[in-house]
Amino acid sequence: MNVFDIIGPVMIGPSSSHTAGAVRLGRVAWKILGERAVEARIQLSGSFAQTYRGHGTDKALISGIMGMHSDDERIRRSLTLADEEGLTYSFLAEDLPGTHPNTARIHLKGEHGAECTVQGASIGGGNILVTEINGMEVSFTGQYNTLMVLHYDKPGTIAAVTNFMAYSGTNIGNFRLTRPKKGGEAVMTIEVDGDVEENLINSLRILPNIINVVLIRAI
Amino acid sequence: MLEYDSIAAICEAAEQQKIPISVLVLSDQAAQTEMSEEALYERMENSLHVMQEAVREGKNPDICSTSGLTGGDAARIEAYAEGGGITGSFLNHAMARAVAVSEYNAAMGRIVASPTAGSCGILPGTIVSLLEEGRCDEHAAVMALFTAGAVGMVIAKNASIAGAQGGCQAECGSASAMAAAALVELSGGTPGQAAHACAIAIKNQLGLVCDPVAGLVEIPCIKRNVSGIAIAFTSAEMALAGVESKIPVDECVQAMRQVGDLLPCSLKETSQAGLAATPTGIRLKKQVFGET
Repeated sequence: MNVFDIIGPVMIGPSSSHTAGAVRLGRVAWKILGERAVEARIQLSGSFAQTYRGHGTDKALISGIMGMHSDDERIRRSLTLADEEGLTYSFLAEDLPGTHPNTARIHLKGEHGAECTVQGASIGGGNILVTEINGMEVSFTGQYNTLMVLHYDKPGTIAAVTNFMAYSGTNIGNFRLTRPKKGGEAVMTIEVDGDVEENLINSLRILPNIINVVLIRAI
Repeated sequence: MLEYDSIAAICEAAEQQKIPISVLVLSDQAAQTEMSEEALYERMENSLHVMQEAVREGKNPDICSTSGLTGGDAARIEAYAEGGGITGSFLNHAMARAVAVSEYNAAMGRIVASPTAGSCGILPGTIVSLLEEGRCDEHAAVMALFTAGAVGMVIAKNASIAGAQGGCQAECGSASAMAAAALVELSGGTPGQAAHACAIAIKNQLGLVCDPVAGLVEIPCIKRNVSGIAIAFTSAEMALAGVESKIPVDECVQAMRQVGDLLPCSLKETSQAGLAATPTGIRLKKQVFGET
């Protein structure tokens, strides 16, 4: 057990689940988009839909989408900053049946035309559970450093990625592949022990059939 | 390595080695996380600084929460504290610190969840108070956070630190017990006395429900941070005076878990009962979120 789970995290208030976790969800979406977002459409479900204004969940999500961390002092001004930086946003309170009470579905468009849809929940204490990326079912909590490898379903792609990780001395704690359609877009969710070097991510990005590699750091 | 499944075991280990709880915990955490003691100390020092900054910022009289429901009370208490009040300026200034950090949290300020955002004013109200009133130096205050953290880890393991799971006793109650142990160490008490202070603090908040108005971390959370520090101070004073808890600390934690399990869902952060369901609580909810 880690003492900083108790004395921490350092965060912008008022709520670890409705504010800090929401920043992290927004940030995951931004990382997966891979470029500056210019449009965000966010669907809020359950408790998020009921209380998002009072908890600043809207500001928190937008902060994450702008790349901020959950302890960034700019979070409370993020809606103004979004206006200044040309990020348009909308919030829709509409239940997503069968999901965790604090669920958000984030659709982003980037400055160079990239698009992505990320769905996830804030499950308490700033922890999150990401359940869907671009229509593909995933499941990771962000408790461990997690690599999301978006790729095309081609032979040897997984071997190339895991080989590279093995050479760099990175131990895989958990591996999950989601492939909705043979030969189409797929995603590897790789939870790793210890830190992940920026060099490794950059090396993975230039492998064949890789669309994008993003690192979601543990809290 | 420590298992963090018994407060008594940690205190006994510290007494046997004739070292403060904090020194034992820092060295154990360094071993568990494979990081240096210096790195962990620096991170904790940063947490203390965030708490101190939140105390300063939260005393701004113009502070207002996102919902508009709370803010400005820390400045009121701070002004009142100058006159000494009933219990003296030390406690009144400490109360102002606890409210300042809690109000700053509600206003989207930067705080240290300790153990949660809802109870984030209790360690600043106690440990930062001793530091800023000249009762200890900064090194001791940083180390005291490790002692507080150790207590919190055991409670998280054996009971809960989440209001949704255990009610407010799990949030403000835990923070208060953590603070009580830290205060004993900072005041030169023994690890055994710290355990008694912890036990007394838990006993005094057993059964406290989590019933936030409109589901927001404001009413009554902010004021419960004040009662949290009052209980931490009085529990530490009793233990330092030699008063012992008849019920051992780990059994108090077990009782907290049992009481938390027995509390109905309506009193565990769902805002369906208690203060949230009072006519005024419901009116304030409508004021913030509209009729729905």
